[in-house]
Amino acid sequence: MMMRTPLKNVRGLGSAKEGADHFWKQRLTGAANLVLSIFLLGLLICLAGADYATVKATLARPFVALPLLLLVVSAAVHMRIGMAVIIEDYVHGEAMKIALLMLNSFFSILVGAASALAVLKLSFGG
Amino acid sequence: MAEARSERGNKIERPLSPHLMIHTPHINMVMSILHRMTGAALYFGMVLLAWWLTAAATGPEYFAFVQSVFATWPMQLVLFGYTWALIHHMVGGVRHFIWDTGAGFDIRTIDLLSWGSIVVSAIAALAIWAYVLNGGGVAL
Repeated sequence: MMMRTPLKNVRGLGSAKEGADHFWKQRLTGAANLVLSIFLLGLLICLAGADYATVKATLARPFVALPLLLLVVSAAVHMRIGMAVIIEDYVHGEAMKIALLMLNSFFSILVGAASALAVLKLSFGG
Repeated sequence: MAEARSERGNKIERPLSPHLMIHTPHINMVMSILHRMTGAALYFGMVLLAWWLTAAATGPEYFAFVQSVFATWPMQLVLFGYTWALIHHMVGGVRHFIWDTGAGFDIRTIDLLSWGSIVVSAIAALAIWAYVLNGGGVAL
């Protein structure tokens, strides 16, 4: 006999309580990264061999800084989920797994925040 | 995990699920592994982008130092690898988007998409570096 209400089934979202959230976020950020990485590649190709003043002035432009900012945030989310899946696949000791998952979050957030801070500083005339 | 042994201590031969080693490598399998490997490489490679951006935000002297590090040949090799890994992971991502819709699962299309991703990423990475090394760059 089914003891759960339909609402409980929907709210529960499975044993991880997240349903397909990981899956969906990875695809959402993946689609964003696809467009934004093409922009990054184009930007880096344009800036190859440029002097400091040019690089600084270019990165400070709003139409350059905005996609760059979006990219580093989207990439940080994407890489955090991706590495979490790798860790969950290959690391079976519970303590080691939790430690690595924490390190993974710290690393991804650090890389994303450092990049975002740099872009913002350049944007605001630093 | 501890290996299962009988009371006499000899190893019990249990059936194991088939794993990577028993399969003949197929191109889609190689691309699947490469997708994960390039993803992991990009993960650590993001430090390079963060470092470069931070250097640009720090000042001309520090930026010149980072540029000089990036100009050494081992780092150029790493950066070329990073370019290829980024494009390969991007193209692989598109392949997975196609498969996510449920399309392209016949063997012919699987092979085509798998070979296509390695060919496209290799050509694109080589083309970008050939352009940049030949003094490409665009005046901004």
